[in-house]
Amino acid sequence: MLAVGTRAPEFTLHSTPDQKVSLSELKGKKVILAFYPADWSPVCGDQMALYNETLKLFHKHNAEVVGISVDGKWCHAAFRENRKLHFSLLADFEPKGAVSRMYEAYDETKGSSLRALYVLDEDGVIRWNYLSPTGVNPGADGILDALEELDNAKIKQ
Amino acid sequence: MALKPAVGENDHVQGNEDASVELVEYGDYECPHCGRAYPIIKNIQEKMGDKLKFVFRNFPLAEIHPNAITAAIATEAAALQGKFWEMHDIVFEHQKSLSVERLLDYAAELGLDMHRFSKDFSDKQSLAKVEEDFESGIRSGVNGTPSFFINGNKYEGDWSEEMLLEVLVEKTK
Repeated sequence: MLAVGTRAPEFTLHSTPDQKVSLSELKGKKVILAFYPADWSPVCGDQMALYNETLKLFHKHNAEVVGISVDGKWCHAAFRENRKLHFSLLADFEPKGAVSRMYEAYDETKGSSLRALYVLDEDGVIRWNYLSPTGVNPGADGILDALEELDNAKIKQ
Repeated sequence: MALKPAVGENDHVQGNEDASVELVEYGDYECPHCGRAYPIIKNIQEKMGDKLKFVFRNFPLAEIHPNAITAAIATEAAALQGKFWEMHDIVFEHQKSLSVERLLDYAAELGLDMHRFSKDFSDKQSLAKVEEDFESGIRSGVNGTPSFFINGNKYEGDWSEEMLLEVLVEKTK
């Protein structure tokens, strides 16, 4: 994982079949980067579904979440529609896993992203990171604690 | 991971309030896994009797379960007439029919004052309670439903009746 205090490397990925998004476009907001292995995990309340329900709490902290996996843009589009997700899923598809590798969140043997979380501040600096065992949904408590801490630090300044 | 906040006055408690073993479930009324857990918990409660305190908190995944929030609100509205657990049971026993009309039918079946129920059902306070529960779940590390906490700590193990009962009984010793 990239260390806390590091500037988050810039990237541009497809967010929908006909749109791309760059990390720098999200400047001014806190950003949660959620790398995850694959769309279509077979449980209710998987990690992305959980973040979908937690958006309101993220927004309170001026934070946006994006999911990143090596699934293609059409796969993401179908998954988003099926799960009614209200945030972007980015396709780290071509060259496969390039962004995940850059963020040290790639499993070379499986050829998919690890379950890794980063919280960036409004200036694009990494303020929190967490690598979860691939089989475990890390929930949202760590993210919310990190966002809250960032807001509290700002108040103190 | 620890339960935040700890069980308090706003919670719905079943069984012995002073029992040494406390089981908290975060659940969604439309989640099939929670539906499967429902009779398991009932059996465990029966077997443990006054050795167990059981608490249910709402964790509706509204985007994938469109009736989960309304069902949760209905239980909270019933709670205001002292019938939380009755409504909780009826809702879990009819997981596939949780439209507003059906929820009103269930309330009527329970003999609730329907004028008052309709008012509470659409009241923001009932929704606020459900949202508060959800947020407490997120802060406690709930990552899906059902999630269980035993004496304030998240239980990550198997929740089949045999396993969960064994773990809970062990805590009474």
